[in-house]
Amino acid sequence: MPVSFHLKRQPEVPLEAEVLSPDRICQLSNEEIRSLTVYHGKRQLPLGEFFDVEGERSNELEIHGNLAKVRWIGRAMSQGSVTVHGGVGMHLGAYMSGGQIEIHGDASDWIGAEMKNGLIRVHGNAGGQIGAAYRGARAGMKNGTIIVDGSAGLEVGMRMRRGTIVLGGPARDFTGLQMLGGTIVLLAGAEIRTGAWMKRGTIISLKPLTMMPTFTPATDYSPTFVNLYSKHLSLFGVQLPYAAADGRYRRYAGDSSVPGKGEILVWQPNV
Amino acid sequence: MIRITGGRVYDPANGINGEVRDLCMDGGSFVESVEGGRTIDATGMIVFPGGVDVHTHVAGGAINFARAMTPEDHRRTQAFIRTKTRRSGLGGMAPTTFATGYLYAGMGWTTVNEAAVPVLSARHTHEELADIPIVDKTTLTLMANNEIMLDQLENGEYERAKQVVAWYIWAAKSYGIKAVNPGGVAAWKWGKDAKQLTSPIEGYSKLTPGTIVTQLAQICEDLGLPHPIHLHCNNLGAPGNISTTIDTLKHLEGRRAHIAHCQYHAYGGDDWDTMCSETAQLADYFNAHPGITTDAGAVLFGDTVTITADGPWQHLLYKLTGRKWGNLDVENETSCGIVPYTYRPSNLVNAVQWASGLELLLLIQDPWQVFLSTDHPNGGCFWRYPEIIKLLMCADFRQECLKQLPDKIKGKIRLAEIDREYTLYEIATSMSAGPARALGMPKKGNLGIGSDADVVIYEEDEDVERMFGHPRYVLKGGEVVIEDGEIRETPEGREFLIKPACDPGIDDFMRPLFEECYTMSFENYPVELERIEHAEFADCLGSTRS
Repeated sequence: MPVSFHLKRQPEVPLEAEVLSPDRICQLSNEEIRSLTVYHGKRQLPLGEFFDVEGERSNELEIHGNLAKVRWIGRAMSQGSVTVHGGVGMHLGAYMSGGQIEIHGDASDWIGAEMKNGLIRVHGNAGGQIGAAYRGARAGMKNGTIIVDGSAGLEVGMRMRRGTIVLGGPARDFTGLQMLGGTIVLLAGAEIRTGAWMKRGTIISLKPLTMMPTFTPATDYSPTFVNLYSKHLSLFGVQLPYAAADGRYRRYAGDSSVPGKGEILVWQPNV
Repeated sequence: MIRITGGRVYDPANGINGEVRDLCMDGGSFVESVEGGRTIDATGMIVFPGGVDVHTHVAGGAINFARAMTPEDHRRTQAFIRTKTRRSGLGGMAPTTFATGYLYAGMGWTTVNEAAVPVLSARHTHEELADIPIVDKTTLTLMANNEIMLDQLENGEYERAKQVVAWYIWAAKSYGIKAVNPGGVAAWKWGKDAKQLTSPIEGYSKLTPGTIVTQLAQICEDLGLPHPIHLHCNNLGAPGNISTTIDTLKHLEGRRAHIAHCQYHAYGGDDWDTMCSETAQLADYFNAHPGITTDAGAVLFGDTVTITADGPWQHLLYKLTGRKWGNLDVENETSCGIVPYTYRPSNLVNAVQWASGLELLLLIQDPWQVFLSTDHPNGGCFWRYPEIIKLLMCADFRQECLKQLPDKIKGKIRLAEIDREYTLYEIATSMSAGPARALGMPKKGNLGIGSDADVVIYEEDEDVERMFGHPRYVLKGGEVVIEDGEIRETPEGREFLIKPACDPGIDDFMRPLFEECYTMSFENYPVELERIEHAEFADCLGSTRS
């Protein structure tokens, strides 16, 4: 039986609720869960002030309501699952190392920031800095998967080291900024400066991109690994074209201003 | 009024080695006896004079830049939440101002010397120092690359140079002179460095680093500064720099000096692969020359951020690490670089550095000559000093730590052969009485009658690191500031200054040069005395204050 949370009081200022994580909840009784501390702005209040809680001692969490002001859900979680019916606030699943998060609604900035492993699935739109490194840190997400069905904001995958980010909708500027490794899949393309300062890693776009002058077209080809990626991502309902009969990928190498060994693959369908 | 009874007292300044004595204090100083007041029963405990840090970087433009550059550290570090007695702040690699005071006092240090202040950022530095509570403070002015001063030495105008130095000390409201990579920073502005003591510096026709060392040391003596020249030698951190260091020491020609963070200046070898410890050679020199003092600049493994006025070295370090690099323009006075760094036991160079710092502390025989320091935050953070104390006091623990170093370290260091263990008396000398004497502060590091009542009381513990990290009581100026691990009071500390005798005509000499060189106006440059909170004047040697 999952523990379910219903938002009963809309926070006036951001509510920092890193306690909404399976690791924190799984051993606790209903009463203990309700008395966990959340930060409403600078004030410390019990979780029960904001949520009706049903159930106890489970590593499955179900949260209902408009949580756009609730931050740090699933922070550093390593197991279990969090399912949210409604939107969520910033820092969803930051530092997480396992388990999965599913959002039936929109998410905000910094989802999966510096995550080590696990899965984040957002069915709506997301904000910027997905899987990114926090300011000053050397590396963002180290592994794991983030899938957003909708659009995304700035600096997606900034300084990510490994792992996969898939965006169903368009991303804004600086996708893959200073990327160190890993893969970003853009099913609907991105705005400008894609791959700026990338050192390694792969960005795959199914739509044409405005390339920076520091990326050099290398070749048109059908890389085998896209085939493998496609099979893996089909588990999440994502399809990547790879058959030579349908088209080829144009490989751009860069960013030569760093200088970097990254690549951007842009799908060129046969017409 | 407070009386401390029954404690085993270690007071090297007065030759007291573990005797059970009572200490009485009133009005901020030790007195013969007191009537009434609080009595602290220290039976079975160890009583030390409050620690004195002879070389640290806790305030000013550089450390503040380091704070700004390392937000990743702020997220993971110890947070000080505001309470009735203390303000909020952060610990970590570059602690915030208030936290710096709490952390120093929390481990029993009550006096700190901010060792590198350009005059241009002196006002900022004093503002920050005013926000470091509890501890008393001094600052040193950066001088060995100041172009106006160097021009005087180049032209053989020694007397004028002396006046310029005195003018700058008073303009900065500081306590003495720091020389960093003499001539090297000036040369870096031409894209060069200065590694040979006897070669002319780029941009000058005959001035050499050796001349700067000799003449600046003489200026410090002639001005009667209580602390002699505080010297960061040329060629810091480079393999084979031992020859530069020994050469520098010879250029002092018998004058008093304090050599900063000597660990970074004691390497043999030709490149990073062959780099090895040459501490024995340096220690021999110190053992034969009791007039010079030094601090270890020991390295501890882990994350830190390096900050120094040695701009060329920091640029090299940035190139080596590929990490962040900050560089501050300090006009014609000096430079400043900031690079976050991680010392790793698996890294051969870092392992040599770690061993070298400890070797110097152990091979220099007289603890009155070599002091505990990490050149905070360069070799490690000051709040890790208790780890070094444990390494000095426990040879077995050192041997344990040596096992984590790579095998290739064999033949590069000597630490494994050293079985010396510091006694409590020697620790008290190296962390308090010695640095206080080197700084020329007779009332610090001293539990004698009339001295400042700065005391730290430890509960005896087999784990030396825990004992020194968590004193039972810390008293500053006769007031209990730490008790049972809690901050009780946060009095504001004092700042010690000197006013060296200076020809009043020097203002007229400086003004036109100043207006030609600097981006700020002459009138706005010197720090006003009113800016210094709780200023306390120290006397120059052989002179009475005017």
